[in-house]
Amino acid sequence: MPLDKLDNLDNEDFTPLIVAFCCNWCSYAGADLAGTSRLSYPAEVKIIKVPCSCRIDPLFVLRAFQRGADGAILCGCHPGDCHYSTGNYYARRRITLFFSMLDYLGIEKQRTHLEWVSAAEGAKFAETMRAFTKQIHALGKNKKIAGGLRKELHANFSAYTGFGGQGGQGGQGAEPTEGRG
Amino acid sequence: MYKMNMQDMPEMLTHMAELMDVYVPVRRGGLVNFEPFSQGVEVDLGTLKTVKSPKDFFLPQVEHLFSAQSQGSKLSVKPQDLPSSPFAIFGIRSCDSRGLEILDSVYLSEPVDKFYEARREKGIIMSLACLDPTATCFCTAFEIDPAEPKADVAMWEVVGQLYAQAQSAKGESLIIELSKFFQKADIGDIAQEQGAIREKASELPWGKLPLQELKSDRLLELFDAPQWEELHKTCLACGICTYLCPTCQCYDVQDHGTGAEILRYRCWDSCMYSDFTMMAHGNIRNSQKERFRQRFMHKLVYHPENNGGEISCVGCGRCVSKCPASLNIIKVINSLVVKADV
Amino acid sequence: MIQDLMIERAKQLLLSGEITCAAGWKRGDFITDSQPAIFESLQELENLVYDKYCAANLSKYLVGLNLKEGKILVFLKPCDSYSFNQLVKENLIKRESVYIIGIGCEGNIRLEEMQGTELLERCLVCTKTEHVVYDELVGEQLNAREARSRFEGVLELEQMSSGNRYGFWHEQLSRCIRCNACRNVCPSCNCRKCVFDNNKYDTGQKASVSTFEDQMFHIIRAYHVAGRCTDCGECSRVCPQLIELHLLNRKFIKDINTLYGPYQAGEDISAQGPLTDFNAKTDPEPGIIHQGGQADV
Repeated sequence: MPLDKLDNLDNEDFTPLIVAFCCNWCSYAGADLAGTSRLSYPAEVKIIKVPCSCRIDPLFVLRAFQRGADGAILCGCHPGDCHYSTGNYYARRRITLFFSMLDYLGIEKQRTHLEWVSAAEGAKFAETMRAFTKQIHALGKNKKIAGGLRKELHANFSAYTGFGGQGGQGGQGAEPTEGRG
Repeated sequence: MYKMNMQDMPEMLTHMAELMDVYVPVRRGGLVNFEPFSQGVEVDLGTLKTVKSPKDFFLPQVEHLFSAQSQGSKLSVKPQDLPSSPFAIFGIRSCDSRGLEILDSVYLSEPVDKFYEARREKGIIMSLACLDPTATCFCTAFEIDPAEPKADVAMWEVVGQLYAQAQSAKGESLIIELSKFFQKADIGDIAQEQGAIREKASELPWGKLPLQELKSDRLLELFDAPQWEELHKTCLACGICTYLCPTCQCYDVQDHGTGAEILRYRCWDSCMYSDFTMMAHGNIRNSQKERFRQRFMHKLVYHPENNGGEISCVGCGRCVSKCPASLNIIKVINSLVVKADV
Repeated sequence: MIQDLMIERAKQLLLSGEITCAAGWKRGDFITDSQPAIFESLQELENLVYDKYCAANLSKYLVGLNLKEGKILVFLKPCDSYSFNQLVKENLIKRESVYIIGIGCEGNIRLEEMQGTELLERCLVCTKTEHVVYDELVGEQLNAREARSRFEGVLELEQMSSGNRYGFWHEQLSRCIRCNACRNVCPSCNCRKCVFDNNKYDTGQKASVSTFEDQMFHIIRAYHVAGRCTDCGECSRVCPQLIELHLLNRKFIKDINTLYGPYQAGEDISAQGPLTDFNAKTDPEPGIIHQGGQADV
């Protein structure tokens, strides 16, 4: 579905980049089904196929954010349905802790989401992606965790700004509101 | 010799900050480091040493060299401009300013490092005598006088007065620029204070080290000394010593690819790290013992060999107080010299 | 004095041939300088010290140690014994090749310029007052201390707004100089090759051009030791830039305790680690974080 079909968009100019990590056996097949059923979901969602939801290293998610992603959605088989029997149970614990850590670091928690999507749930996949895209749209550009140039002591160093693709100077664009230490 | 009231110092710094970037020691979150001065920033001259040495003003931890972008079949390379804005560092200690001279002997000898050279030209060093050298200091072992800092402008804090003495043309013109804050003073005013500092410095526990024993004609003997085996044992291979050191100078050149372009930069390297001097064929120093030895051989033997006997340690004591395993250059010198002579 | 007892016992063990070397601490350049050391002879053992400056956790030095013969003697404070146990659990230390003498601890001193009088932060919140593993205990076990809750700092942060938390961490992590001391001193950081030592993967062990790398280093490091971190506090002790790294580790510990039941790494080597385990029925969904469950602002 093109963006303008999504209702109540706050920021028409902003085109988010959303990375969806999908497990090979359920969620990716779900996305396939969405396609063959001619159900549309936003083109902003880029799918990365992983063998299992427990293959998703938090490093992948952080790297995605650094390279300009505005949201990351993780999808796997429903608990109990893992192709490898128990992979998604482990993933569930890990991802819960990881999401909690991102929140603790002050990263907007709405930028991350986990959804169990089976191979039969093409409609759910499309709907989930639509809803998540809308959510990221409302949230705006990811500034907090995108890679910015290292803050150097000497002013001249930071004269260079063409780094980091979309992320640009995101790291510095989001100035801290109030420190503690 | 000039002097001013310590109370006027913030105003003078504010005035200076209009002319150039000014960096001063600031206490934040329990530690003191150099930070940009702006009005209201509280200058901490009471703390003897900043955690990081001020070398990163001249040799930043990360320095951008150039970027390259491919557009179709064309490759465009955009070099980084040389740093051009003037800046001053206020309150460097004798050891750290001597550390810069040692960096000069590496980066300003042929082939000259253009980035370093530009920063040295634009930077003004305002150093401050150490009123109270602490037990971890051993600058006197390297004939550095904490009472007579070498810099563009040397400064002394004596009973509420800040005395300043220009030692270079750059320093001279800065003093003239700031003349409304200063009044003439007599060099004798600081003599007593200098005497007191020197007396304290003469009592530093490690103020005398048997450096004359580390002659480069003993290079092979020192290289093969059995003590390295013992010394490196508890080294954790972290980079604290190299990164806090005012004279550690190694860097690594790396590329950062963003997909659309490449950013080539250099960053501090550390001989403690496993990929130090990593080459296509592998690494020439595969064990921590070899890497540990490299650090001290470089400082005590190789550097002096190439630079007229100048040992590349200034006795700032940062490695002494910060090493997690409490290994440091004092222990290495003492161990090498004592045991080699027995 | 406990130090004399330790020396005497170590000498006996060395003479009897039960051990071939000993890991302890020796006096360095200053009275406050108790540095970790490996002792191999009776003569060297004379230099063994034990005092409130013996902060180094010796367990790390035993990782991957492969003795040809005999045992190594190690002196462990109560909190160090947790690290040791965790390493045994991870098959990185052979329990049978180590002889452990447990020693009491009154807390270690935080040093600045080799001087100090205050206890380390980890000692102010210490609850690990008894050894979880030892062959024998030597000297008086002076371990009981009035301790604050170690989660106070975490709670304080959790109660801040998301923006202020970001501000706090931004300030903390931007101090990092990538000296890797936190990683190298950590008993749980024991990968043969760290993911951050991989120069083919865009993650350097040195400072990168992007500030993000330093943030990511600490986030991922804390994550990699989650469920295995015994909260020994070495990372915060050694950080030259005084980054409050324990606040990252304790967040994971607190979350694990809340979500999956109380767990103390290193306490029981037969217990399954919380991240290598699951409960199909009772584990909450990650959505609990988004719904503003226990970890909400």
